[in-house]
Amino acid sequence: MTRKSHGEKVFDTINNTILALILIIVAYPLYFVVIASISDPIDVALGRVILIPSKIVWDGYKKILAHKDLWIGYKNTFTYTILGTLLNLSLTLTSAYSLSRKDMPGRNLFMGIFTFTMFFGGGLIPTYLLVKSLNLIDTYAVMIVLGAVSVWNVIIARTFFQSTIPQELLEAAIVDGCNDFLFFFRIVLPLSKAIIAVLTIYYAVGHWNQFFNAIIYLRNRNKYPLQLFLREILIQNQFNEEMQIMDDNALIAQTIAMSMKYGVIIVSSLPVLILYPFLQKYFMKGVMIGSIKG
Amino acid sequence: MKTCNIDNTNDNTNKIAFLPPKTRNGRSNLLKRILKSYQLYILLIPTLLYIIIFHYGPMYGVLIAFKDFKAHLGIMGSPWAGFKHFERFFRSPRFWELIRNTLSISLYSLAAGFPIPIIFALGMNSLNSQKFKKILQTVTYAPHFISTVVIVGMMSVFLSPTTGIVNSFIKKLGGEPIFFMSKPELFSSLYVWSGVWQNMGWSSIIYLAALSSIDPGLHEAAIIDGASKIKRIQHIDIPGILSTVIILLIMNAGRIMSVGFEKVFLIQNPLNTSTSEVIATYVYKRGLIDAQYSFSTAVGLFNSIVNMILLVIVNQISRRIGETSLW
Repeated sequence: MTRKSHGEKVFDTINNTILALILIIVAYPLYFVVIASISDPIDVALGRVILIPSKIVWDGYKKILAHKDLWIGYKNTFTYTILGTLLNLSLTLTSAYSLSRKDMPGRNLFMGIFTFTMFFGGGLIPTYLLVKSLNLIDTYAVMIVLGAVSVWNVIIARTFFQSTIPQELLEAAIVDGCNDFLFFFRIVLPLSKAIIAVLTIYYAVGHWNQFFNAIIYLRNRNKYPLQLFLREILIQNQFNEEMQIMDDNALIAQTIAMSMKYGVIIVSSLPVLILYPFLQKYFMKGVMIGSIKG
Repeated sequence: MKTCNIDNTNDNTNKIAFLPPKTRNGRSNLLKRILKSYQLYILLIPTLLYIIIFHYGPMYGVLIAFKDFKAHLGIMGSPWAGFKHFERFFRSPRFWELIRNTLSISLYSLAAGFPIPIIFALGMNSLNSQKFKKILQTVTYAPHFISTVVIVGMMSVFLSPTTGIVNSFIKKLGGEPIFFMSKPELFSSLYVWSGVWQNMGWSSIIYLAALSSIDPGLHEAAIIDGASKIKRIQHIDIPGILSTVIILLIMNAGRIMSVGFEKVFLIQNPLNTSTSEVIATYVYKRGLIDAQYSFSTAVGLFNSIVNMILLVIVNQISRRIGETSLW
């Protein structure tokens, strides 16, 4: 390497500074939530907690443990996420595989039927009326069945199969007396761990964060997912606060409730944040597969 | 190599049983191919049924936009109403307000949220330290996985006029606390910049992927010729990702009339509806809260048709100018 010129150094300095700033801007709010959740709520409210937690208290977390709704939400969200993701994966992988087979008659027609839905849809009300006519309103099933397939993910998986499963492999297997089912389950699936990982992440995070379907189709609180309870705790109460003029007692109660909010943010995002580092290596792969034209 | 020779005696007989007798015309040839692929169809059918019921079903339901829908009469039985609901929407005083809000939020989002990830990716790609790049990626991708509810919850907690960190600083500096969440004029900025915060990293992945596929030989040759980093970004990196940029711009421009429901709905409150009511939230309120099914279906249909037209137009433009297009 030749020595760096002056201009090059200036560029590197500016670039490093801007990126370091971005790093701080993105990381600080997340870090602040963590330290605020274990600090004395009064200190947090007065702006005394900035870089390190003040005296550590666990009151917020104790309140969370005692909060029944949250655990109902947790249980429901776990159920929806696991069952929903299993359904997503089975439908996406099977249909993507058959659509990846160039020898299947009608492949382009089916592909057209699938892709058209990405550009046009019936919209909220017709979908609501359909769900209603199927008697799915306020059922566990609606949270699992709605959105069972994302056409975008089918296209990603199909592109993956087309580019990684060689035609010769299929031909060799057929010579060995293999049929399409066996080939798909015994050979294609074991070779597709990367795409299965990517799809699992996309779908599972989608279910974990699901809010829209829940607010439209669920009525009974016992079926609410975590996100609906989070909305009540984090957003609706907050708005009530802004609407009222508060006396001092209310203010103290408010401040304590606040420390619970920071804790709730952490507790609710924990499963995703724990999995995140393990899954990170697949992100690039997923986006890359998606960006190749099928 | 694996084979599937495990107890497949049945399969062979199966296959033979499904082969139709040979004939000379093409039609039965097709039939033969269809029968030969029956297992592939079995793999496809569940998803196909799902798509037909849950995507094409509602498309049929769109008919109620042209009818006066009564639940007990059903979609077919309800009387036709022509374009009555569309006319009512176009004439209503809310129409221009909704269009203005929807357009200004999405244009603002596009203006901030589109170029920033590109610049961010170019910056990361020019870093000398791979370790710093790795840390940046890990940290900036993380917010993408946080739910909209939690993001809006964080905003309202941070920006709270009594206990939020932002206002406690404003108070320390001697200012009056600002009621961020209920000020109509702040709504679109809150919406857009929280979105940039959440998705800047994630959206940059695709550009990083495009950058990593640029032939390193180009950079090496340019370095030998004495080109600076800025020159290389200008003449190698930017042209290298331009087609990706155009494709994504097309996709974004096609969505310019569709501001997502969730986040707007969550930030929305009675004090800021004058700027926060968009088509999606309006459809929800008129349709599900007021049960004006036909009217809000008409509003939704108008919106989807505009979106489709936009997508086609933008695609045509880019095909003519940039020789890149979605189809």
